[in-house]
Parts: sequence; C-alpha cells; structure tokens
Amino acid sequence: MAKSAFYEFYKGIFEQNPVFTLVLGLCPTLAVTTSLVNGFGMGVATLFVLVSSSLIVSVFRKRIPNEIRIPVFILIIATFVTSTDLIMAAYSPALSKSLGIFIPLIVVNCIVLGRVEAFSAKKNVFRSILDAAGMGVGFTLTLILLGGLREVLGTGSIIASGRVLASLPITGASAMIITPGAFMTLGLLLATSKRLRRMLK
Amino acid sequence: MSILAILVSAIFVNNFVLQKALGICPFLGVSRKTSTALGMGVAVIFVMTMASTASSLLSIYFLRPLGLEYLKTIVFILVIASLVQFVETIILKKSRALYNALGIYLPLITTNCAILGVVLINFSKTYGFIESVVHGFGAGVGFTLALLLMSGIRERLELADVPESLEGLPVAFITAGILALSFLGFSGMIKV
Repeated sequence: MAKSAFYEFYKGIFEQNPVFTLVLGLCPTLAVTTSLVNGFGMGVATLFVLVSSSLIVSVFRKRIPNEIRIPVFILIIATFVTSTDLIMAAYSPALSKSLGIFIPLIVVNCIVLGRVEAFSAKKNVFRSILDAAGMGVGFTLTLILLGGLREVLGTGSIIASGRVLASLPITGASAMIITPGAFMTLGLLLATSKRLRRMLK
Repeated sequence: MSILAILVSAIFVNNFVLQKALGICPFLGVSRKTSTALGMGVAVIFVMTMASTASSLLSIYFLRPLGLEYLKTIVFILVIASLVQFVETIILKKSRALYNALGIYLPLITTNCAILGVVLINFSKTYGFIESVVHGFGAGVGFTLALLLMSGIRERLELADVPESLEGLPVAFITAGILALSFLGFSGMIKV
C-alpha cells in the first residue's frame, strides 16, 4: 500500500501490461489490430470504458452488496460500452464500422472486469482511476504496436487518415492482415517481451 | 443463405476461433488436455445454441418492434449470464454426472466473448429464428473443433524441445496461427 500513486499508473504500461504479462483481453487484441488506426481506436474505446467503470465502481464500492457484485459490475460496464458504441457510431462511423461487434464485446473484455474486481472494488477513487488509466494506456500502446506491425508487414506502409506515416520497400504479405498473421505476430511479440523481461532482471 | 450454408460456414469457413479471433481466452486456457477441451466444447455448444434461441426471440418480439436496438448489448449480456446460471441449476438438480462433467466450465462461459459474439452477429445480420439457432449451434461446433485440434497439438508440444523464450503461450500462439492458416483452405467452399 506504500506504493506511490504514480506507480499505480505506470505499472500498467510495462511491468504489468495487461496483454503481455496478464494475458488478458486477447480477442480484441487479435481481431481488430489489422491496422494502426483500428488498434488505436479500440484502445481508446477500452480506455474510456475502463476509466469510467472504475470510477463508478470505486465510488459505490461500499454500497454494492458482495453477493451480487459481479452482475452489478457487468451492468455498469455494459452501460458505458453502449454509450461508447453510440458515440463512436455518431462521430466516427468509418472506425465504428471497421471495429464492428468488437465495440459491444468490450463488455466481456477480461481486462475491464478484471481491474474492476481486483482493484476498483477495493481501493479509493483516485488510485482506481490511475490504475484503470495505466492499464488502458498500456493496452492501447500494445494494440498500436501490434496494429502498426501487422499493417506495415501486410501492406508495406502505415496509413493514418490519408497520410502515409511509414513505409517499407516490400510487397505486403496479405496473410499478416488476416487472423493467422495476428496469432503469429502476437506469439512473437510475447516471446520478445519474455526475453526482454529476463534480460532486465 | 440456406441453412446448410450457414452451418458449414460457421464451422469451417468463418471458424469463430481461427478466423474471427473470438473466444481466445478459453481456447488457450483449456486446450492443454483433450478431455477438458471436449468438456468445454460441449458446454459451449449447449450455451451458444440456447443463447441464440433466447436472444433471437427477444430481438424479434421485443427489441426490434419497440425500437430498442441500442439496448442490445445490455439485454444480451443479461440473457447470457442468467441463462448460464439457469442451465447450471437445472443440470445440478437433474443430472449429477453431467454437472460433474460440465459444471466447472459453465461459470467461465459467461465471459467467453464468443457467446456474446455469436448473439451480436445474429443480431447485426438480422438472422431469423431458425437461422440464429443453426448459426449458434454451428459456431459452437466450430469452437469445439478448433479446441480439440489445438489440444491434440499441445499435448505433443509438451514433449517438444522449444526455445526458452517461446515456451508456453508464445509457441501456442504461433501454432494457432499455422492452424488458422490451414483453415483458410476452406474459404473457397462457400461464398459468404
């Protein structure tokens, strides 16, 4: 408990990164990272749901009866997911279309329920928000990394809102854009992160 | 699309795990042994079919006529959670043997995104009642197929000499990638 508040935020980015160390939230990680922009959009949507649900759960943590806490958490999360879904459909229809059912599926993203259950239900509001924000940012950065890698290997360049951000002198391997490429890229990234962690120790 | 096409497409062409990347957590979590993989698979087929049935009735007679489509996520997750609880209670009362075989998998299923996924796909494609049920059943069979294939491979992988950094999940992901690549061979079977 003596850990600094700042630690609650930055631990989610590398030390306890939700994808690389906790191996949570894999379905959206694999399914929507077909491009950098999609990865970013999904990450931000999850970040929003995570922070808002953590805030509400943490505020009401003493009033929610223990026996029915899981259904209550799921309803709180589902409410924010529905608002995210509607906001995205209104302000960025193209992104909303390409993310498809994976926006409503944030409800069953284990990262959100996991953090709410393990952290916000027990700690104060300030720390809960920092924890949720850290996890959300860690998740977003991972999705951007995975999406960027897959896009550049699959198409030869990274394009964000009509501008080319990076390009490689290769013909893209379209297998990287579809699901098999997602599995393999994430497998290799996990192995890299494992090796990196061992070297840092 | 005919009923048969929906069934074959859900099992092979658009396999939930290997092509749509849904239900990855149980796919990696319970694919270490073939026996547990089969138990999980049967439980998922059961719940997916039931969830598709219930949610399609709800969307045909309740959500669409009242213009409440935007409540779909909340309604469906409640349906799935209560359905799982209901099925668990019924099985416990009626068949002890079945409960011992499936019981431990049922609570895990509520947060299996493949279940909510199949229900949401039924909704967004505006499938009718029979189409939804068949799609739910097919998706469950496809999930079981992928789980069984993966568990067979992982049982062998336990004995293999894997580089240290790749041990455990990384090599499982790469294996799943190769499996998914081989499932692409089915993609010409049906035009979707």
